[in-house]
Amino acid sequence: MNQFLDPLAWLILLPLLWATLAFVAGDRVGPRLAIAGLVAQLLCALLLAQDVARHDSIGHLAGGWVEPLGIRLFADGLSAVMLLLTQGVALALVIYARSYFSKATPPAFWPLTGFLIAGMNALFLSGDLFNLYVTLELVGLAAVGLVAAGGGAAQIAAALRYLLATLVGSGAYLFGVALIYGSYGTVSASLLGDLITAEAPLAVWLAAGLILTGLLLKTALFPLHFWLPPAHGGAPAPVSALLSALVVKASFYLFLRLWLGPFATLAEVQPLLAQLPAALGAAAILWGSWQAIRADRLKVLIAYSTVAQIGYLFLIFPLLGSGALALQAGMLQATAHGLAKAAMFIAAGTLIKVSGSERVLGVAGAAAHLPVTLFAFALAGVSLMGLPPSGGFLAKWLLIDAALAQGQPWIAGVAIAGGLLAGIYVFRVLRLAFRVTAAGDDETPPPRPAALLEWSAFLLAAASILLGLFAMPLINLLAGVAR
Amino acid sequence: MTPGLIYAVTGCLLFVLGLGGVLLLKALLRRILAFNLMGSGAFLVLVGLAQRDGTPDPVPQAMVLTGIVVAVAATALALTLARRWHALTGREDIARVGDAGSRKRGRQSERRNTPR
Repeated sequence: MNQFLDPLAWLILLPLLWATLAFVAGDRVGPRLAIAGLVAQLLCALLLAQDVARHDSIGHLAGGWVEPLGIRLFADGLSAVMLLLTQGVALALVIYARSYFSKATPPAFWPLTGFLIAGMNALFLSGDLFNLYVTLELVGLAAVGLVAAGGGAAQIAAALRYLLATLVGSGAYLFGVALIYGSYGTVSASLLGDLITAEAPLAVWLAAGLILTGLLLKTALFPLHFWLPPAHGGAPAPVSALLSALVVKASFYLFLRLWLGPFATLAEVQPLLAQLPAALGAAAILWGSWQAIRADRLKVLIAYSTVAQIGYLFLIFPLLGSGALALQAGMLQATAHGLAKAAMFIAAGTLIKVSGSERVLGVAGAAAHLPVTLFAFALAGVSLMGLPPSGGFLAKWLLIDAALAQGQPWIAGVAIAGGLLAGIYVFRVLRLAFRVTAAGDDETPPPRPAALLEWSAFLLAAASILLGLFAMPLINLLAGVAR
Repeated sequence: MTPGLIYAVTGCLLFVLGLGGVLLLKALLRRILAFNLMGSGAFLVLVGLAQRDGTPDPVPQAMVLTGIVVAVAATALALTLARRWHALTGREDIARVGDAGSRKRGRQSERRNTPR
């Protein structure tokens, strides 16, 4: 294919371009640039998915330079799914953010969003460990900037805590990469897959441990989730949605990709190792749900729900050995949660904006004056609980199916328990929303929010439900992932 | 012991020192410096381990240069945030709040955050 029209390169260039332009042009033009750029990126991602469906995996040498000094971009089914999710969710979120920030935009919101998306796209398209480190840092720094954009003391503290956590995570990752390069003289993920054998030296085991632990810290898997609730719960709603729906998935994607690729042999030598992420995932589901049930503030409730839903992503690791079911379950869960959580956070943002209260109690009576937003919240909740026909249901169904087929019923049990617990915290909000407020002292109904605020949330939530009915293209994309 | 190995072992020590600093120290400025120590450790290992046969390898050197740029950017961001935090609250450390979500702990952290 023509070097200049390759969607791989444009998926990284476009967001860099519009982010830089938005920085120069200011907040008036920023949203228009972002929306135009993301529409083009979505097209690129669709073209790329079409290509991947035909060839299983595609590559691109940036600038025509060969490895090891040049950078080889690479995409397969896993990257295509993540790219589609990222562009789709981000497009809906920037449309929401444009209305949400109609009065005052936090400083540098549009450029930071662009850099964040560029970093994530580059992460999904990179094939070597060092390049992945750079993209991880790009994503981390842009995300920290967005958390701090609120400007209050609580947000700055959350951003600092998040920054230190993410820097320790990528520091551990970089140290692991240094050990790997010292042992094998290459950082290409595909070459390392063949080089790392069962007799790997201790340094490689140490490297794998450091890299994967660093990624767990960035993904906020229990008990390394301490930084997530203040950061995601304290940021402005569009930022919370970006972080919860997409950013934590980026480091999960990398964990999965390394587990299936370079470190696959190590995982086979010690099958018990795979139980560790699953056990932590189970603990995350129980602890996160419990904290969500007890949370006082609406956005903190949703942030803890993210902690719980991340747990599901890690339940798949003991099941990855045989059959494609577990991988499909994991990627469907990542996609369904991405769509549903983005919808839930922005719906909560609208609820908070209208009611003026950040507490869960603030939603009381919202059903009467914000029906569309509340419907979006409920639909997203349906997907999180895993009720049919949502995408969340399909993901959990595949997971339970794989767990029972491979004789690990405890995983199925945790998945079902997590769904019930999700039901409790979702209905806690819905029950309040349908409560009839005292009509007498309620003189004027609160002003209606802009239609775009309500309908963008609804669109995302509806997509997370429809995913359950139209998941076949996504599953077909994953069929070609090398294992 | 070859020079390369000495660099690598020193790098390991620096990394562990830095990691301990980021996790255990209180003052923000010290934690930011400790993070830089961590990074320097990783860079030393990267350059040290790669020159086992005496001839330096250009690839890790290019990586370390990139890594330094990233570390400078991260440090700048951390310092900006720390200064802002100091300007807003007059404090030089952030309280270690485990879970800011629940009611009880939230109130505790509020109490801890009041300037003395």
